[in-house]
Order: sequence, then structure tokens, then C-alpha cells
Amino acid sequence: MKEVILIKGGYIVDPGNGREGVFDILVEKGKIVKIEKNIKDEGHKLIDAGGKFILPGLVDMHCHLREPGREDEETLLSGSLAGIKGGVTTLCCMPNTEPAIDNQGVVEFIYLENRKIKLIDIYPVGAITKKREGKELAEIGELKKAGVIALSDDGNSVMDSEVMRRAMEYSKMFDLLVISHCEDTNLSRGGLMNEGYRASFLGLKGIPPEAETIMVARDIKLAKLTKAKLHIAHLSCKESVELIRQAKREGIKVTCETCPHYFSLTEESVLDYNTNCKVNPPLRTEEDKEAIKEGLKDGTIDVIATDHAPHADFEKDVEFSQASFGIIGLETALGIALKELVETKTINLSQLVEKMSFLPSKILGLDKGKLSVGENADLIILDLNKSWKVEKEKIVSKSKNSPFLNWTLPGVVEYVILGEKLLLDNGRLNHFE
Amino acid sequence: MDTDKKTDWTRKDLLGLAELSKEEIELVLDTADSFKEISLRPIKKVPTLRGKTIVLFFVEPSTRTRTSFELAAKRLSADTVSISADTSSMIKGESLKDTAKNIEAMKIDVIVMRHSSSGAPHLLAKAVEASVVNAGDGCHEHPTQALLDLFTIKEKKGKISGLKVSIIGDILHSRVARSNIWGLTKLGAEVTVCGPPTLIPPGMEKFPVKVTYDIKEAIKGADVLNILRIQLERQKSNFFPSLREYAINFGIDRDKLKLAKPDVLIMHPGPINRGVEIFPEVADGPYSVILEQVTNGIAVRMAVLYLVSQERE
Repeated sequence: MKEVILIKGGYIVDPGNGREGVFDILVEKGKIVKIEKNIKDEGHKLIDAGGKFILPGLVDMHCHLREPGREDEETLLSGSLAGIKGGVTTLCCMPNTEPAIDNQGVVEFIYLENRKIKLIDIYPVGAITKKREGKELAEIGELKKAGVIALSDDGNSVMDSEVMRRAMEYSKMFDLLVISHCEDTNLSRGGLMNEGYRASFLGLKGIPPEAETIMVARDIKLAKLTKAKLHIAHLSCKESVELIRQAKREGIKVTCETCPHYFSLTEESVLDYNTNCKVNPPLRTEEDKEAIKEGLKDGTIDVIATDHAPHADFEKDVEFSQASFGIIGLETALGIALKELVETKTINLSQLVEKMSFLPSKILGLDKGKLSVGENADLIILDLNKSWKVEKEKIVSKSKNSPFLNWTLPGVVEYVILGEKLLLDNGRLNHFE
Repeated sequence: MDTDKKTDWTRKDLLGLAELSKEEIELVLDTADSFKEISLRPIKKVPTLRGKTIVLFFVEPSTRTRTSFELAAKRLSADTVSISADTSSMIKGESLKDTAKNIEAMKIDVIVMRHSSSGAPHLLAKAVEASVVNAGDGCHEHPTQALLDLFTIKEKKGKISGLKVSIIGDILHSRVARSNIWGLTKLGAEVTVCGPPTLIPPGMEKFPVKVTYDIKEAIKGADVLNILRIQLERQKSNFFPSLREYAINFGIDRDKLKLAKPDVLIMHPGPINRGVEIFPEVADGPYSVILEQVTNGIAVRMAVLYLVSQERE
């Protein structure tokens, strides 16, 4: 890429710096050197951002790349490309790989591989417990030393409250965030979708919201007890939002996230046994969906993460009971959020950027999610006058398990710049298409 | 046979009664009525489906439903092939869809499928061009069982509309209950479901039925009692404390039966657990039509196979 890029006339939305308005940005050797009005063009590579939005690159604090172990489903490379398409420049990959990210070796492997790929920033999340079995603590200090950004047994719940308590206490020593997958697996056991009329109609075993809320309540109590930093993953239901709202009022250190499917879909989407709607926690009711939106609106829910969970066709194109839980989301998260939250005026674009970039950076302790002079360029240019259709053939992720196929989504990410890399240039993945 | 009605059937598959209209259900029952007589002939065979191939694909074990479908097919002169889970490539890890695609490549016309996963026939129906008949999928539906129940009630009572029908037992896990609920209510019956709360599905209040945990209330004034089998393993999962306690509270014996209408019909999809959900004096008593249900099953399944095959022409 040319060493100097001038982005002309874009509308900057940068809540981290409290900046909003039409500016030019000059990027030199990967750093933002100027953010001003009417920067003079001196023959730089010029990007005309007139009528478009310039946002900090999105930070997905919860996604699943399947490397190592299931490279047929996703790799660091394919996940990075999918991320770029979706405007994501930073992602945190959960430790349910094979082997799990429960030791220094796997963490180092991920960093090493990503250095070869040289696309976006990938930070591994280390396991709380060995093999994510919920029994013995992983070597958290070693994981931290190797570079994990947070701890989670995501995909599995740490059912033993004592183990969770110790993990939260111990992680404080390393200032590591504990991300909790809240699921009482005794209550959810064998469940396939949200419990209620729709599950009973389809003859599928349900998962009651209480499988989530009981553990949300427990972990809030443990956060209060231990004073550790707790982040609750993929909130799906009304009562969880209320529990967190209350906890925040009490000053307990807890943050949380939800995912696009929980504010755009309900259990009704499972009609006809569509396995692309089989996700854990399950899609809930309209009331839950509205409560999630309300939580996003009033700031109870800090973050929108993708919970990108790629699965091969042969794991989804089976009987509903046999199908894997999970759906992809890196490429569609921004579009879904724009459609369901911004277009409906639930939140504005600035709040969206907060939840998809600034706050996840802040929660993870990353110096990202902002557009600042002197810092690395980490930005995307979004054209909100355009829309696009989610087509299976055009999905960049190795897996295509999306419930949003054939949806038309607003907003096209046209440029992605990360440091010296122009990763997406006028809608094209540089060097990869 | 009333051949005028065959054009009313436009479906490739029969997957459940929830999606059928009242008229479609009545069409099956009327068609079954014409077929019933064939089984009473000395030579129980007509050439109606000659040249058709029907695969009985039973991924979950079954005796009566599989035999009933097989006899139904044979009485219509169709060729049948039986595949069960333990003799299919699924045991080697082949997916349902791949197995079905391979079966279809052998140019068959109808697949009758029983599967322990709810929705499996729906997956199959989308994957193959052949007609798919659901012979019971997980806890979802068992449409031909409900159709034969409807047929039997109509045969005995002369009507279905306005009758009080109580379905008693493990509603939660029962595909028979779900199909019966849709079939009976579409034809105008008043349906009550009864069982311990642990065996009533969540969200039941949104089904078009009355729910009660009181067996006496369920029996009182009923025209039909459809008693469901209690699967013995349910007790181990804490759905109820013991078979004894279940039998005391919900088992239909002579005493409890006194509350029903004098001409009550006792139905059961079988196989029955005597002394658990039904006592011998009731199962074998004068009100029981359990074996007639089995007989009628063949006529109903002949009708279903005939109708889905007709649509293909």
C-alpha cells in the first residue's frame, strides 16, 4: 500500500474520543497523522469518503476460530477474511479448539500463525480450566504470560461454583477478565431450543431461560464476593438483562454482551427445523428480544459480539437433534445491528460503534476502538447508502451456517485499514480475490 | 371408491396433522373407509399401487406401525423394502440425508419413515423427490396413528365434532398426543389432556386443549379416553416417583372408569403396560377398541399411501 493515504470528507463517528463530523484523515506509515477539515491533497492515495462513515475498526470480543483442530470449519486466515468483510479488525478467539487454549503452547501457536497471516489482530482467550472441563484451573499465569487477553471456558459452563470462585479470585492477580458462559447444564441438558409452545409444537426438548439466569445470578454473586472483573457472554433473555441492570446499579464489576441473533430473531425462526437457527443459548421469545434491545438502549448491555461459531454443512444438514449448536456472524453482525438497532432508532450509530468497538476494547484493556492522531490507523469506511444481500456463495467464512441467508442488510463496508495494511479496498479483499 | 376426491390431495408428503386442513383429514378418513373393505376379502389385494416401490425406513424400532404399513402397501400391490437403523449404513456413520439420497437413487416412490429425532422426516422430505410419510418422529407427530384413532372414533361414534376426548398420560413425550390434538380439534372435538405436571409440555396452554392434572376431571363425562403408554425409563428421569404411584394416580381402572359416559371408548396406541397406565379389566373390557384401532390402521395407511402416490402422477 502507498505509504500515505488521504481519506477525504468522511463522516467520522468516534465515541471513544467524542468526535463526530465530517473530517479528512491522513494516514502515514500506518499511523493517523492528521484528523482535520480540508487536508490538502498532495498526490497521496486518495480515498473519497464523501457521504460515507468512518468508524474505528470493529472489535469482536467473542468468536470461534476452529484452528487448531477443525481447520475444515474455519482457520485464523479464513476467519480474518470474514472479519475484514464485516469490518472487524480485532477479534478474540474462544478456547474451544482442539487442543483447547488451556496452555502456553496453543496461545503461542495462535500468535505465531497470525504473524504469518498478517491481516487483522487476533487475541486468544485462554481456558479457565484444563480442557475446559470445569474441574481444575488451567495455568492462568502461564496463559497470561503467553498473551491471552481474557479467560473463558466458553461453550462449556463452569458448573462448580467453587471452581468459578477460585478462577475469579485467581485471575485478579493477572488483571484478567473472566468471561462466563452462563448455563446450568442440569436444566438445559438435552435441550435443543427455547422452552415453550414452539418447542412443544415441534416436539423438541426446550431450554428454559432459567438455565441462563440462574448462572447469571450466581456469577454476579461471585463477582461481588471476589471483586473480580466478570463479563457475561451472549445474553439471550429478559431476566438476564434485568439481573445485570440491578448488579450494575449496585456497583458490581460486571459487563456483558449479546449477539445480533438475539435482537433480530426469535424462537419462531426454528419453524421447519431450520438447524441454522440452532444456537446456544437458544433464540428466545419476542419479549426477550425486545428486552435485549432495551438493554442495549439503556447501556445495560455493553457489547455486541458475534459469537461466530462456524460449522461444516455436514454438521448442520442433519436431524435437528444431531445438529451442532452455533451460527456464523462475522460478516453479518454489523449489517444486522444496523438493520435491527440503528434503522429502528433503538440506538444511534455512535452507540453502535461504542458497543462494537470502543467498549469491547476498553473492557479487554486494549488500546483500540478510537481514531486518534499519533495512533495506529484502525478504521473502516462504511457506505450506509448501499445495502447487500447475504448470499451463501459469497460468504467468506469457510462455514455457511447463517440464519440470515437471503436477508438484505444495510451498510456496505468498503474500506478497512489496519496500520499499514489496506485490507479492504473499495469492497475488495486485497490480494485475496 | 370415491375417486372424485383424489384431486383434493396436493401434498407430496404426509409429515403431520398440524399442517393439514380439516378437509384433507376428512379426505384421508373417507378414503380409508373405502379401503377398509379390502382387508375383509378372502384375497386381500387390489392393484391400485402396482409398480410402485415403497421403502419402510425405520430408524427407530417398531413392530406394529412397520407391519401395518407393510401390509397396507402389499394390499395395494406395491413392492416394499424394509430398512432399519441397525441394517443400514447409518450404523457406519452415514448421514440420514446421504442414506436417503442413496435409497432414492434406486428410484423408489414413497419412503415411510420412523425416527427418534423430531423433524427427521421434514429433513428427508426436503432432500428427496419421493413422497415421505411420517411414521412417527421423536416427540413431534405420528400422523397415521392419529388418523386411525380418528377413523376408529368416527366409526364407533358416527361423528367427531362435539365429542369430549381426554388424552391421558405422558403428553410431553408423546407424538401420538400431538397428532391427536391437531386432528381431533380440527374436526371439532373438545380435547382435554391429563397427566402429572412433569409430563405436560411447557406452553401447553397455547394448544387448543384443556389441561388438567386431575384424572377424575379428565374422565368425567368423556366420550373417549385415549390412554398413552408410560415409558418405563421416564421414572428414572424423575418425571414421577414410581410406577406404583403413577398407577394409583393416573392408571385407568374400573373404578375410575365409572365417571366416564356409559358408552365411553377406551383407546390406546400400544404397546400397553397393563397395571400401569391401564388395568387389564379396562384394556380387555367392553369399552376397549384397542385391537380395532390396529385393524383400522391398515385401512388408514392404505389411504395415505394411495393419496401421496396419486399426487405424484
